[in-house]
Amino acid sequence: MEENLAPGALVGQTAPTGALAHAYVRVEPVPSLPPPPGTVGAIGWVRANLFSSPANTALTIVAALLAAWVLPGMVSFLLTDAVWSGADREACVAKNGVLPGACWAFVKDRISFFIYGFYPIDQRWRVDLFFVLGAIGVGWMLWQNAPRRDIGMIYFLIVLPLLSYWLLGGNSWLGLSAVDTARWGGLMVTLVVAGVGIVASLPLGILLALGRRSKLPVVKFFSVMFIEFVRGVPLITVLFMANTMLPLFLPDNITVDKLLRALVGIGLFASAYMAEVVRAGLQALPKGQYEGAMAMGLGYWQMMRLIVLPQALKITIPNIVNTYIGLFKDTSLLLIVGIFDFLKAIETARVDPQWAAPTTSATGYAFAAIVYFIFCYGMASYARSMERRLSVGDKR
Amino acid sequence: MANIDAPATAEAAGPPKVAFWNDPIKRGYLFQVVLFLVIGFLFYSAATNAIDNLQKQKIASGFGFWNVTAGFDIGQRLIEYTNTSTYGRAFWVGLWNTLLVAVIGIVLATFLGFIIGVARLSKNWLVQKIATVYVEVIRNTPLLLQLLFWYNAVLKALPEQVRDSLELPFGSFLNRRGLFVPDPAFGPNFTYVWAALALGLLGFWVFGRWARKRQAATGQQARYLPVAIGLIVLFPIAVYFLAGQPLSFTYPTLGRFNISGGLPILPEFVALVVGLVIYTAAFIAEVVRAGIQAVNKGQTEASYALGLRPGPTLDLVVIPQAMRVIIPPLTSQYLNLTKNSSLAVAIGYPDLVQVFTGTVLNQTGQAVEVIAITMLVYLTLSLTTSTLMNWYNARKALVER
Repeated sequence: MEENLAPGALVGQTAPTGALAHAYVRVEPVPSLPPPPGTVGAIGWVRANLFSSPANTALTIVAALLAAWVLPGMVSFLLTDAVWSGADREACVAKNGVLPGACWAFVKDRISFFIYGFYPIDQRWRVDLFFVLGAIGVGWMLWQNAPRRDIGMIYFLIVLPLLSYWLLGGNSWLGLSAVDTARWGGLMVTLVVAGVGIVASLPLGILLALGRRSKLPVVKFFSVMFIEFVRGVPLITVLFMANTMLPLFLPDNITVDKLLRALVGIGLFASAYMAEVVRAGLQALPKGQYEGAMAMGLGYWQMMRLIVLPQALKITIPNIVNTYIGLFKDTSLLLIVGIFDFLKAIETARVDPQWAAPTTSATGYAFAAIVYFIFCYGMASYARSMERRLSVGDKR
Repeated sequence: MANIDAPATAEAAGPPKVAFWNDPIKRGYLFQVVLFLVIGFLFYSAATNAIDNLQKQKIASGFGFWNVTAGFDIGQRLIEYTNTSTYGRAFWVGLWNTLLVAVIGIVLATFLGFIIGVARLSKNWLVQKIATVYVEVIRNTPLLLQLLFWYNAVLKALPEQVRDSLELPFGSFLNRRGLFVPDPAFGPNFTYVWAALALGLLGFWVFGRWARKRQAATGQQARYLPVAIGLIVLFPIAVYFLAGQPLSFTYPTLGRFNISGGLPILPEFVALVVGLVIYTAAFIAEVVRAGIQAVNKGQTEASYALGLRPGPTLDLVVIPQAMRVIIPPLTSQYLNLTKNSSLAVAIGYPDLVQVFTGTVLNQTGQAVEVIAITMLVYLTLSLTTSTLMNWYNARKALVER
């Protein structure tokens, strides 16, 4: 404002009334000055975000030192100093007293072991097919605008599990030779267990959540007991229980596959957590939805199927995916009860004398971390994008 | 009202007959009876099968094993235990070891988690990015993998020779056999220091009550911090010097082949604590971030508008409201840490699961009893904590109409 009236810069024009004949009124605005050089562009950004105050500057220096301490070592270990090819441990041992970085040659050599475990080599196409079918199912479910998602649901929940079971375990009718679950291993087992947990825990969790909110005292009692019991104990004890006690509880003419026992343990464990997630969704729904449904004359199951669950599950999708992330990470515990999962494959390969070198363990763990991270971060990103998508309707 | 009642009275002459399977109340009873019978049958058949199977396998049942000599050694014990002690004693050793990891882990994870949670909201770009990367990487990889990494890839890669041990601050040493820290020796007079500390805490509690009462009556705020430092820190320190410094340390010294003196800490313990703290801190950081973000920005602005400076705003407005959001999920993270400490079994730290559900179960074969006891311990911990939590929530909940 002041600039606009600074006399020196004025291009004078008399006011039409004549009463203010001596006044000058600006017609055209003065072109605005460029912002001070330190507040825009890269320098401005650095100033505002890194050096805005002495305390902030100190913080930046400390953080930069921390990064400088960690990052170069990591980069040189994982990339620049890493060994990328070689036939055995000789490639990764110290040369001239200098220890090389990560032994990626080891991962390269053992990658099929990490993925398939001891699955017969000539049958591994079945596992590949299982991966492809699973990827189709997951893609169909996750892609919100995919065509015929109702068929996708049936495919994912019914067709895919059956098909995978026949494909991996063998089916004489399809001409697939039987492969004992003791030979399953690696990433495949991790994905099978996570998949079964994901498919089984949602319906079970919904039933338990409905049971917990039921008005029938016996139903409520059993649901609460189950949920609180399972959530109160560590997964490892549930797995021990499934592993050692399940065979005791069954008649001795029935033997349960070891993998199946673990699946039962993981499935029950995940469904208790899922129940609490679903319950939160049910509670978040306004009471009017229930009352409206009842006023329409819908029965309990109709009300749940048509009105309540679609809305409740929609708002809980991010939390459901978070539970799945937990489930996926928890599958690593199977190695403690002797299932040959992905982590167990890494553990087995890293102590193999053929590749025993100082950096083999760290490399194996780094590879495992990358694989787990890709899966979990993928799920987390999906949950976040769903959260954004779902909140669009709530924005005013 | 009258005309609404009218049809009802007309029908009251005889309510329509409904088949019992269409009557929700009767159907509810029927359903519950069926459910009860089904679950009862499952339990019954499981129990009979178990008894049957146990008899066939000639495994004893009952808790008689509790007083039988265990005959194995445990690497770390907080209470007296030798290989001639009983299985019951082994259980207590394991339980104490679990609690030790849980308590130390909770304290450290809370510190680290709060720092990272605040860093995640920092205006400093670099700090915020580092915190974000930390949280994302740690939360998206399994804890077991991290534990194995710390134990097998870090601690097992440390120098094996004693003379190559890494020197750490305060005269500590780290090598493949574990961490050796100065061993504190408490003199008899140290009781006075403990007493002074207790007295200081009690004094601060009394002061807090008085200060709140005075503020309610007069509006004058008390200065808590100097009083807290004086009563809880300076007073015990003064007593410590008055009592003739009754605390001394024996420092570990490097010999040629072993380290003498000092307090040896198992490498398994170090790996477990480091792994649990780093993992749980990432989750606590997210809890803290969510809690701080949950406080409406209008609260801060209103507080400034009332003339409060940034410090008191944080103290009196933001933190109390954030804590209400933070505390419940924070407790569940503490519980998770305690439950996750059972992963000790994978790296061989003698916690409850490793000692009891591992060794004792293998030696006695009494799966039902051993697993039931283990689960009961964790259940007790969980249920006690959640009861306390519910009590806290009820106290701190917003009073709504």
